[in-house]
Amino acid sequence: MPAIMKNFRRSRLPPPVKWLCVFWALMCSLGLSACGAADKTLTPTFHAEGNPPLLSDWGVVGITGGELALGSDVLAYDLNTPLFTDYAHKLRTVWMPAGTSATYHPTDSFEFPVGTIISKTFYYPKGETAGEVLKSEIVEPAPLDLSKYRLIETRILANRAEGWVALPYVWDADQSEAHLKRIGDIKHLTLVSDAGAENFPYVVPNANQCAGCHATNATTKQLLPIGPKARHLNKNYGANEVGQLEAWQAAGYLNESLKNEAEIQKAAVWNDPDYSLDARARSYLDINCAHCHNKVGPADTSGLHFEPETETGVHLGLCKSPIAAGSGTGGRPFDIVPGDPESSITVYRMQATDPSEMMPELGRSLAHAEGVELIREWVTGLEGDCG
Amino acid sequence: MGAYQFAKRGLLAASVIGLTLTACAPSETGTSADADLSYQETLQTQLLDAKPGDVITIPEGVFSFDRSLSLTVDGVTIRGAGMDKSILSFKGQITGAEGLLVTASDFTIENLAIEDTRGDALKINEGENIIIRGVRTEWTGGPKTSNGAYGIYPVQTTNVLMEDNVAIAASDAGLYIGQSKNVVVRRNRVERNVAGIEIENTVDADVYDNIATGNTGGILVFNMPNLPQDGRRTRVFNNKVYENNHKNFGHKGTPVASVPAGSGIMVNSNDQVEIFGNEIRDNRTANIILSSVYSANYADQEAVEGYDPYPEAIYIYDNELSGGGDKPDGADLKALKLLKFGIGGSLPHILWDGFEDTGKWIDGKMPDDLRICINNGDLEILNADGPNKYKDPSVQPAADYACDHEKLPAVALASAG
Repeated sequence: MPAIMKNFRRSRLPPPVKWLCVFWALMCSLGLSACGAADKTLTPTFHAEGNPPLLSDWGVVGITGGELALGSDVLAYDLNTPLFTDYAHKLRTVWMPAGTSATYHPTDSFEFPVGTIISKTFYYPKGETAGEVLKSEIVEPAPLDLSKYRLIETRILANRAEGWVALPYVWDADQSEAHLKRIGDIKHLTLVSDAGAENFPYVVPNANQCAGCHATNATTKQLLPIGPKARHLNKNYGANEVGQLEAWQAAGYLNESLKNEAEIQKAAVWNDPDYSLDARARSYLDINCAHCHNKVGPADTSGLHFEPETETGVHLGLCKSPIAAGSGTGGRPFDIVPGDPESSITVYRMQATDPSEMMPELGRSLAHAEGVELIREWVTGLEGDCG
Repeated sequence: MGAYQFAKRGLLAASVIGLTLTACAPSETGTSADADLSYQETLQTQLLDAKPGDVITIPEGVFSFDRSLSLTVDGVTIRGAGMDKSILSFKGQITGAEGLLVTASDFTIENLAIEDTRGDALKINEGENIIIRGVRTEWTGGPKTSNGAYGIYPVQTTNVLMEDNVAIAASDAGLYIGQSKNVVVRRNRVERNVAGIEIENTVDADVYDNIATGNTGGILVFNMPNLPQDGRRTRVFNNKVYENNHKNFGHKGTPVASVPAGSGIMVNSNDQVEIFGNEIRDNRTANIILSSVYSANYADQEAVEGYDPYPEAIYIYDNELSGGGDKPDGADLKALKLLKFGIGGSLPHILWDGFEDTGKWIDGKMPDDLRICINNGDLEILNADGPNKYKDPSVQPAADYACDHEKLPAVALASAG
């Protein structure tokens, strides 16, 4: 049970500690670092309405003792293959009110109870200077040591009676609090890797743009979580490497509905060579594209579908002419030309960074070189020709 | 509570100091120092907070944006002071595939301009009862391949009125109506786009009283394969379509990149299209082009299941046709013109690629209700003989196409009055 804050609950603190808190508060007011909201109890609070101005109002993640920690009963989770967001690391959490649980679904997002709070914190390993962040594949589980990591933003998805709402919170420069920024934001960062340093605008989406991905059905326009589907969650996670779905059940977050499932889908890990190339590529396209590119999504206008069940054929892009790609074609004839990634629009749009050309349209300013390489390999191996 | 309050105050102070520090260090937030982005926050906040029935007013002035705007609330009106007075400039845009993205119904936008977006200027994706009126979309540097694709782009919308708009220099279509139903497009001016107006995979569209000039192709009625909806029933009438001779600056691979410069009105693979009462002149490839997907360079020859690639039940009458055909685009058409009509000659007003669905033939020809009918006085039609690899193009008299279709009913759209 990740009750990280237990020892910090004010009600349990003896008076000397209280004074220590006051001392810390004073030190904070003098502008010293390493303090922040040390005194705030991290207890998740669901807000049935309104737009809470501070991330700490939700209490699902917060700063304590120089770390980003989880609130009581908050469960961190991970996905087999994640959406690419400019090489940002992501800490995903879920919390549900006591006595409530989600209902399993074999293919779609789980059905969550009203009151569910999902969070995703985007962060990077720190570089040498303030604007520098590091490209790194190694992701540590929470809590996150803020001497090593820089927090950029935390997005909240809260399930209200009228449906899910999405709210983006941007972390202050001093990393003590994240403030609601419904109109989004741009952070100018430098990504440092072995290959060198690259400046880029890290874009925090506005609240409507959250719907640009999370309204996976363009007709109902209802927001839904994307990651918490069986196939994405079906993996081991955490220090003890326990199965995530079991962990959700143990935490009471997944009801009996899971028990009857004979077989649970599992999405391939995009960069794990133990999976087939096809499975890895399709998993990557699923999580990065299918929230729009599905039969009822915002990109159904294109006739290009990247859901796992799309058969290899014209709707997967093979020999399919573009519809409204504009400059996104890169002068190439078809979405996917089997055997020829250099003639495939999909590959072009993945490596593009111009907003009028790139795919996905939102959520990145950099190209995901490793992801592009995966799709390039996959296209190379596809059979057929476009005549 | 004491400690808690202290802590809170401490936090506040800390964040104030944080702010001060940020102000001293080079700012990480915000962009393009010369542009005033302050209105961006105001307008996007209004769009986020909008309630059905709200009217969001854009004052006079030029306002800069570095990110896309978006609206998801039904029943909202965005109203400026005029297409040359309230200008939303996206010259410094860093992110977003359009200027304004609307995913909502009962939406009206009027009397403003959207300039220099990286991608599309105004996109409306799924919604009904849409009015776009007096909006100018423009790339101020003139026609360039690097311009955004579409000026005004409603897609999968129903009951759409687009009137009195101006669209300039889009690298695809100035006004692009895709996969929609029940649409009126009138009194717009489209110039120097690749396609002026493009009606694509749309059912029931009336396109009238528009001016299309200086585009690569003036008015296009297209059907594309592999989409959820095939288009039919479009009336194109009383438009002025002249001098659409701009070099094609579309992106290679896009459907419009195959449109020859000098195309007036072009029907590709669409059915039940009625073209009448238009003034069509001086379009140097042809004033009217009828074609199938097979003569467009964007498709292979393979049949797509459920897709009808032939233009059928086309009805052309009472248009005023003059000039044009004198300098067709593309080597094949140039050679053909020289061969058939000589150096000083011109291609006929109407050019047809000659593809038809032989599977539907009765006694070796198309049944009456699917024919191309032309009742436009004394003119010639060039049949390019596409099915025989363009080997034997022929000039045919209008009499060969003399027939009539039942006229299509006017689109009934409440907002169009």
